[in-house]
Amino acid sequence: MPRKTNLDDQLLDAPPVAGNGLLDRRALLKLAAMGSVTGLAAGRARLAFADPVAAGQPEWLLAPGLPAEAYGRPSRFELERVKRYVWPLEANRGQTIPWLSFTPHDLLHGVHTPSGLHFEISHHGIPDIDPERHELLIHGMVERPLKFNLERLDRYPTVTHDYFVECAGNSGRLWNEEPVAETLALTHGFLSGSEWTGVPLAVLLDEAGIQPGAKWVIAEGADSGSLSRSVPMGKALDDSMIALYQNGERVRPGQGYPMRLLNPGFEGNTNVKWVRSLRVTDRPAMTRFETSRYTDLMPDGKALQFTLEMEVKSVITRPTNSMKLKEPGYYEIAGLAWTGAGRIRRVEVSADAGRTWGDALLQEPVSPKMTTRFRMPWRWDGGPATLQSRATDESGRVQPTRQALIAARGRPPGPGTYHFNGIHSWGVLPSGEIRHVYA
Amino acid sequence: MSTRRLVLALACLGIACSPSGQDPDGAPGLGLPASNEDVAHVFWSIFPDGENLPPGSGTAAEGRILFQLHCQACHGLGGAGKPADRLVGGQGSLGSEMPVKTIGSYWPYATTVFNYVRRAMPYTAPMSLSNDDYYALTAYLLQINEIISSDEIVNADTLPQVVMPNREGFVLSYPSRPARYDYRADP
Repeated sequence: MPRKTNLDDQLLDAPPVAGNGLLDRRALLKLAAMGSVTGLAAGRARLAFADPVAAGQPEWLLAPGLPAEAYGRPSRFELERVKRYVWPLEANRGQTIPWLSFTPHDLLHGVHTPSGLHFEISHHGIPDIDPERHELLIHGMVERPLKFNLERLDRYPTVTHDYFVECAGNSGRLWNEEPVAETLALTHGFLSGSEWTGVPLAVLLDEAGIQPGAKWVIAEGADSGSLSRSVPMGKALDDSMIALYQNGERVRPGQGYPMRLLNPGFEGNTNVKWVRSLRVTDRPAMTRFETSRYTDLMPDGKALQFTLEMEVKSVITRPTNSMKLKEPGYYEIAGLAWTGAGRIRRVEVSADAGRTWGDALLQEPVSPKMTTRFRMPWRWDGGPATLQSRATDESGRVQPTRQALIAARGRPPGPGTYHFNGIHSWGVLPSGEIRHVYA
Repeated sequence: MSTRRLVLALACLGIACSPSGQDPDGAPGLGLPASNEDVAHVFWSIFPDGENLPPGSGTAAEGRILFQLHCQACHGLGGAGKPADRLVGGQGSLGSEMPVKTIGSYWPYATTVFNYVRRAMPYTAPMSLSNDDYYALTAYLLQINEIISSDEIVNADTLPQVVMPNREGFVLSYPSRPARYDYRADP
């Protein structure tokens, strides 16, 4: 039995902006303005004293709690619930090393992914690097080949920015003929957002002295397999950094400890973790991961190479198929939008499979090359609904429908393996259950 | 570029007055000189023109034995695949409904084979074989794809001259892709 309050009135009385119950986003702004007042009133109502004083109180009020921990953890009630989706699943592992983990966006809010939930792909496992024995070398077409250890890099002026990292294979399962039934982690969990702190690569390249004609930087990691990618010099001098900190603490082993290359907005694989070698050259090295992998085969048999910038994209992270709507009424639709081209300019939401759209509220700040959270008030009338989001970025690119993407690029087992950025759909059933659908 | 300028500006404010601030741009200049030996220790990349290929050589006949010893358990008999990647066949399939991407059908440069196999294979013990062994394995992978013969010597001179079947199969898409492939323009 829904309790009727002023807040509910405000939201439910908001004017519709698109079909099937989507409400004007400005209701969310009004709500924010009045939240404090209502909160005070509710607080006063709860200030009633019990007699005797302990009667009915939960046990955690009635004895001192746990001592402080040197490194904190989430609540024990959350530890088993909120975790990455590690592939392959334990039951199917056999001899396959589980080196993929996906961020569970359906269980998270905000735009900063907790470091322990950041997605990880390690093609040859996560190295256990002793920072005392790790060096970064810059060499090749430079005046002065240089080496840096962590202690020296730590003395440079740093920059801090919010950036997303997305694997080019994120949402690859949306090429499937049938929609996958797994949670959002499996389809959109190769995306995470963090605050990154490090030394701009341009500063280190300047110090080494780039020679005329240098156009690429070949990065090699210190993992088993020494993953390597060629990065265009234009990017390296623009906003690439050697990241030392993530969300305020040292970059974690799975993210490249003690240092990683970060190329904001570029496909995840180029952000070489555990980086130890930067070779300045006039041409790419044509490594395995920029030829055999992470190239986009097209229906005519040609493959696009160095499709580095991630496309404009969005997805609804709430509600999703990991929850069930209990009853008709007010719900908030929320999600994430991002683009390698810069800032998200607009996110639209549809509750009727794309027939009508309304503008969602973008959570400030809208930072370039970072996930932007969007929110949309919604009154579910209890009937079937299909929820979609569609992002537009500041370069003017609009997130395509899945059908349009497939029409242009084909679908596996044909071409179309990486860089899926099509619109995603949640089907809401009258029972309140939610399914991943194609619409 | 604004980030870079900002950093340099901040660096100038904070460090230009310090005695060790020898860099005119204001960066602290803390990199140490790297010797050729230092570079050789971390620089494993091989380029399509053969740059950085080491001395040594091998043939497919030698490579066949090494493959059976070190590779076949994951890559299957003769590189047929399962559980790891298929390494052979698929030529002519890329434009079909069922493209098969292998060294022979997809990889544009033979040097990439040596570059990757030496740094990353065998999976559980990368860099554990000799340069001669890695040349021999590279030769074997090219031979089973019918790109070279089994007695051809593969070394730093011959490997860059190998022309892969899909050498012309890639379209450079950075910084912008050719209009006929820019599906993004028509959402």
